[in-house]
Amino acid sequence: MKFAIQVNEGPYQHQASDTAFQFAKAAIENGHEIMRVFFYHDGVNNASRFTLPPQDDRHVVNNWASLDIKNAEGEPELVVCVAAALRRGMLDESEATKNSIDGNNIHPAFRISGLGQLIEAGIQCDRLVVFGD
Amino acid sequence: MATKKFMYLNRRSSFGTVYAIESLEVVLIAAAFEQDVSLAFIDDGVYQIVEGQETDGIGMKNFSKTFHALGDYDINKLYVSKESLEERGLSESDLMPLVYEDEDDDWEEKPSIRVVTNEELKAIMSEQDVCLSF
Repeated sequence: MKFAIQVNEGPYQHQASDTAFQFAKAAIENGHEIMRVFFYHDGVNNASRFTLPPQDDRHVVNNWASLDIKNAEGEPELVVCVAAALRRGMLDESEATKNSIDGNNIHPAFRISGLGQLIEAGIQCDRLVVFGD
Repeated sequence: MATKKFMYLNRRSSFGTVYAIESLEVVLIAAAFEQDVSLAFIDDGVYQIVEGQETDGIGMKNFSKTFHALGDYDINKLYVSKESLEERGLSESDLMPLVYEDEDDDWEEKPSIRVVTNEELKAIMSEQDVCLSF
């Protein structure tokens, strides 16, 4: 089955991202396709490459990156909503340059894009599964 | 492009958390995809469409007026839980008079809000292809 996943909560504060990751991992291991994971609301914070949990804890961001979810063109399909990201201080290189800010924090396994990508995933996939409160 | 039935389920009030405004942002983007779109308001979500919201005192953007634009985007199925209204001492007359112009009926102005029981809403939800919960 072809799945899309929406993650609505940030890492560590809330289990939603962990549960979504476990779901995605299990789905892939069982031969299903994860077409896209869309990070929305505080879920955009799952894409910060500055995340440094204590060594004896799981690394939520690296967990997502380890799934290596990409499209046929090799682009990451861990997609961060641009509007939600910018208002929470999550920037990639292009947005940082555009807004004259001297740093960027999006992990390279993720990419920033628009809400249209969420709707498109809902249209193209057999199931869109939402994780959050 | 295939047409699917999308429902946006609004469960929280307008300003206590970010979910309401970011849900509305999704709905407005979704309008461009020409899908069958409906919204449902349950639990504290019914407060999102209460008439007379005023945010000057809390320094937040009053996005409630945006609901009036939905009719222009062909989004005219706004289901409101009867039980959720009653539990909060609200009735349909407390809600914004949201309308759309029906192109199949000489552009007559019609109400977009439909108060339904949870049992009816359950049936409507089960007909959806995609249900996004906020």
